[in-house]
Amino acid sequence: MMKRLKLANLYLIGVFIILYAPILYLAFYSFNSADNMTNFDSFTWDWYKEVFQDSRLLIIVLNTLVIALLSAAISTIIGVLGAIGIQAVRKKRIETSLLTLNSILIVSPDVIIGASFLIFFTMLGIQLGFTSVLLSHIAFSVPIVVILVLPKLQEMSPTLVDAARDLGASRLDVLTKVILPYITPGIFAGFFTALTYSLDDFAVTFFVTGNGFTTLSVEIYSLARQGISMKINALSTVIFLFTFLLVIGYYFLNQRSAMKLSRPEVK
Amino acid sequence: MQKTRNWYLIPYSFWIALFVIAPIVLVVYYSFLDLEGHFSFVNYQKFFTSTYLTMTLSSFWYAFLITLFSLAIGYPTAYLLTKTKHKQLWLLLIILPTWINLLLKAYAFIGLFSTYGWANQTLEAIGIGRKQILFTDFSFVFVSVYIFIPFMILPIFNAIEKLNPSLVFAARDLGASSFMTFRRVVFPLTIDGVKSGCQLVFIPALSLFMITRLIAGNRVITLGTAIEQQFLVTQNWGMGATIAVFLIIAMAIILALTSTKRKKGATT
Repeated sequence: MMKRLKLANLYLIGVFIILYAPILYLAFYSFNSADNMTNFDSFTWDWYKEVFQDSRLLIIVLNTLVIALLSAAISTIIGVLGAIGIQAVRKKRIETSLLTLNSILIVSPDVIIGASFLIFFTMLGIQLGFTSVLLSHIAFSVPIVVILVLPKLQEMSPTLVDAARDLGASRLDVLTKVILPYITPGIFAGFFTALTYSLDDFAVTFFVTGNGFTTLSVEIYSLARQGISMKINALSTVIFLFTFLLVIGYYFLNQRSAMKLSRPEVK
Repeated sequence: MQKTRNWYLIPYSFWIALFVIAPIVLVVYYSFLDLEGHFSFVNYQKFFTSTYLTMTLSSFWYAFLITLFSLAIGYPTAYLLTKTKHKQLWLLLIILPTWINLLLKAYAFIGLFSTYGWANQTLEAIGIGRKQILFTDFSFVFVSVYIFIPFMILPIFNAIEKLNPSLVFAARDLGASSFMTFRRVVFPLTIDGVKSGCQLVFIPALSLFMITRLIAGNRVITLGTAIEQQFLVTQNWGMGATIAVFLIIAMAIILALTSTKRKKGATT
């Protein structure tokens, strides 16, 4: 029995090593003064300095963040309204077909989304660049917001809305003072997921971005096709740290709001 | 209340019409256009020639291999994870790498698998000697499995968590060997998790396109690579759209085959 337990641990340790080795490997060589990922020469911060002094790269980072924040905000608004709308639909058939349409973009491969959006934008005459990238990021983030907000709406008792209406609240008051506060955790989860979807996306952006506009993933792709450079390693390490902080920050925020919500229990 | 219009649905319906229905209709429409923009079946004729059929078959073969290896490695991992003490923390650590941009992970492997990279240094140290790893089928399947495996582990982990442990004890009490218990009790009861895991791996594996270039050096052509090639390199949108139509059909078939009766919300 002891032996089996050890074997199991060894297996798990092996999986974790393989899972994290590439990430640590990249980070480790970002401090290499020689410009390769094979021989560690001596420790240096130079690559980081180069990353932070490259104004073109910083503009791309800024672009990426602006696209992510804007698309997350707008898709959260559309998604929340959509979820409230779907919840309010009385006919089961319409609700199911709306949910099916909603899930299409979630299961579609990125290439299909990218290619079809490329046709779509070209037909509409929208110039490829900031607008097309922003619109497609909004488009593929909306369904995940709906999926994350809907369960919150479903667990909300309809008597809350009825009571508010009986007490004379207007429809707007019902939305802003009753529904929205109740589903806030779902809205946050939706916004955060939309944000990471946008930051993470490569394939769709690759299709719909023109010559003048680049996001970080597309830039890394074209750099990586040119070969290895420790500048990419330094940039990657910065992005890793940022991602970890974002995930951990979200995790704790979630934990705290869950605690806050559990205290004033509404029955 | 019931008679008032459901105005919340207005922006959302706009989104569905513009970004869900219109693009699909356009893809189907473009698949019937030849290079000059005339209506024709030429793309479909071309798709059923041996070049494209071989490509489709090899794409399916690679996706199958990737799914198989992810399952073979992912199932034991998920199973062992449920037996650990701080399983939620370990699960979080399994999922964490999926938050990291795909490109960066692929880039890391370019370094790891290069002629003088860690992988080759290890091979040399244990006496096997240097090998060409990058730009081979092996590196393509390995990196793809690396990228997709969390999506296989997560649904299986959830399925095993839901399994009532007394069923396992009952099987063992009744004299079943541990292999028998697994084959007759544990695996059948967690098949839903396996199905959604396969679905989450197989469909993206069919349509991978960036890794084929960076890791497989254009040796492997998946449906995704072919679409990207037609759209962005050859500029033959009609043919690209035709391949996309077949990819959508393949996707629908896979979804139908792996659909589980109960609704599940685990997509990422």
